Amino acid sequence: MEVLKIATAGSVDDGKSTLIGRLLYDTKSLTDDKLEAIKTSSEKKGYDYLDFSLATDGLVAEREQGITIDVAHIYFSTLRRSYIIADTPGHIEYTRNMVTGASTSQVALILIDARKGVIEQTYRHFFINNLLRVKNVIVVVNKMDLVDYAEEVFDDIKANFEGLNTNSTYKEQNVSYVPISALNGDNVASKSENMLWYEGNTILEYLENIDASRTNDKESVRFPIQSVIRPKTTDFHDFRGFAGKIYGGSLQVGYKVTVLPSLTKSRIKEIYFYNKTFDSADSGSSVTITLEDEVNITRGDMLVKTDEEPKVDKLLNATVCWMDNKQLLPGTKYIVQHNSNAVLSKVSAIKNIVSTDFSGSKASEGKLSLNEIGEVEIKLSKPIFYDSFIDNRSNGSFILIDEQTNATAGVGFIS
Amino acid sequence: MDNLLQEIEKSEVKKQENFLEVNALESEAIYIFREVAAQFEKPVLLFSGGKDSITLVRLAQKAFWPAKIPFPLMHIDTGHNFPETIAFRDKLVQELGAELIIRNVQDSIDQGKVIEETGKYASRNMLQTTTLLDAIEEFKFDACIGGARRDEEKARAKERIFSVRDDFGQWDEKNQRPELFDLLNGKIELGQNVRVFPISNWTELDVWSYIEKEEIEIPSIYFAHQRNIFVRDGLIWSAEDNVVFRAEDEQVEERTVRFRTVGDMSCTAAVESYADTITKVVSEIRDSKISERGARIDDKRSEAAMEKRKQQGYF
Ligand SMILES: Nc1nc2c(ncn2[C@@H]2O[C@H](COP(=O)(O)OP(=O)(O)O)[C@@H](O)[C@H]2O)c(=O)[nH]1
Repeated sequence: MEVLKIATAGSVDDGKSTLIGRLLYDTKSLTDDKLEAIKTSSEKKGYDYLDFSLATDGLVAEREQGITIDVAHIYFSTLRRSYIIADTPGHIEYTRNMVTGASTSQVALILIDARKGVIEQTYRHFFINNLLRVKNVIVVVNKMDLVDYAEEVFDDIKANFEGLNTNSTYKEQNVSYVPISALNGDNVASKSENMLWYEGNTILEYLENIDASRTNDKESVRFPIQSVIRPKTTDFHDFRGFAGKIYGGSLQVGYKVTVLPSLTKSRIKEIYFYNKTFDSADSGSSVTITLEDEVNITRGDMLVKTDEEPKVDKLLNATVCWMDNKQLLPGTKYIVQHNSNAVLSKVSAIKNIVSTDFSGSKASEGKLSLNEIGEVEIKLSKPIFYDSFIDNRSNGSFILIDEQTNATAGVGFIS
Repeated sequence: MDNLLQEIEKSEVKKQENFLEVNALESEAIYIFREVAAQFEKPVLLFSGGKDSITLVRLAQKAFWPAKIPFPLMHIDTGHNFPETIAFRDKLVQELGAELIIRNVQDSIDQGKVIEETGKYASRNMLQTTTLLDAIEEFKFDACIGGARRDEEKARAKERIFSVRDDFGQWDEKNQRPELFDLLNGKIELGQNVRVFPISNWTELDVWSYIEKEEIEIPSIYFAHQRNIFVRDGLIWSAEDNVVFRAEDEQVEERTVRFRTVGDMSCTAAVESYADTITKVVSEIRDSKISERGARIDDKRSEAAMEKRKQQGYF
């Protein structure tokens, strides 16, 4: 069962909900009773079209305000695979939600209203998908029906966006452009009759062709230990399995591995998935591993291939996106959760505030507020074994947990 | 073309050498189970006897094998279960060698903590909340693992994988913790607890396909069978037990039906179906156009029903 995760970004009224509803409708993922509810609601509001945006709006508060305020998850599938959309709102004050949605996605859909073109919000949406190294970005120019399906409008917007893209520090990112009308379904799942000048793929075609397996072929394999399995039954008296999920690459029986932090070396003896053994397993699989030698390992430790060892340090430099109402101030203690490791830490310096529109960064005033992104130095009470986020998405990221409130207060990307 | 050939060759090498195919949803669920066991002191798996909780049990087995599932199962029994479900539950628990805790809604009624609903649409579904919260307090559970899925209902779409509830079991949807990458923050204060949803990202079809692939046994009422039923408001209700209220003018007839969910009998309607094997059920679901909860009357009471119940601590 293959799964592709999608994040959406767009300003209010760009047509994000309509596009999602349309994707559900065109892939026959809307059930009769949901479709019925949409029809009734659309009629009640006096529309002469189906308001697909109603397929996604969840919470009562939202329905009252008519806006989306949090991350919602929406599901549809084709014969090829399942899709999960993390629908994230695009207001400037909701950077936190967009970062959250992008953190688990392989594709981002960035919506632009054809009448408005590239606006400041677009910069921010692209910046965040760039910062989080979302491998594929589809720039969706919506409401083409309102600009007479004009090719020049699309070309101008595309040229503008490409200008923006020159600021990107993530050159391997795949960026594509699609002109659509979400309302009428042009170029969503079927080719538009109204834009014969457009020779590219529809949104669904792009999605279907994306490789869901690896985000970065150059990543080293990382195996953070979640728990040690010791059944102590007669059949498995001496069984000591190390349970975890594989990230970044694949593991094979016979591989020479190093255990962090102890730096003990051994070889992989068996790879279990439930009660079966395998010769190799890839990134994304939750397995249980046994080693040739008796090695002392606990939760929070990590197995890596010998020769591919990560950095080990008590001092971190990271880009942090702040997600809490309580400001981040230097000297405050937070728990750094990095893989299965939780380490007490102190933020020693807040150096720069990064602007989310590619205009660079400026010196901070010594604090970081909700939805701000900053360059931060963190001192840890004990070393962690990490990679830079650019080299390894999972081993280069962490969250900061407020010791007093237990809130997930921020997310960091290690430099 | 060369590239394609190379790709095929590569994948064949992989197959030959006994390579584990990634199943993203299954691995995600196993990962979540392991995080729960590591981050909490007293987790419990809420077991209803339905297909989602049966799937959870299989995933938990996989997560900890060859060790046993390191926490008990708990059934909040409305007293309105299909007899087939209860028989199935007891058999499964015995095979697993797991600990099963049962707490009864009837006891909460007898203690005067909740009042039984009456009339045509009477259901004990809402009453479960009190019994559940009492049991959480009794056993001091800090994590309750459940089989809810985000695709079931609009309000569920915003539910986190680790969803923090306060002392009163309440869900504050505006103040949820962001969940980034695979990182799950299970830190809570005394008195709080977390609802955990390992199959959040599965759809109904994903669950059914998994049951088929894994050959997981499920209660017989999920398959087409002959049953005495009556029809009300276009929905088919079981007339075989005295649980569902039936007015005198509502005619009983025999039909071939199956159930798509096996919750409280009083609010679980059947669908007409000839799908009597798992393969037929899966293809029926694949073609089906009525969402699962369409057959559950309690959600229809109001559009915001689920959200209100969740704020009150309903699972
Ligand atoms: N003419 C036209 N209107 C659209 C299109 N897509 C969305 N809309 C309308 O734009 C408004 C905002 O759409 P909605 O999907 O709610 O935007 P969201 O805030 O981004 O989710 C609604 O009135 C939609 O009907 C389109 O392609 N063409």
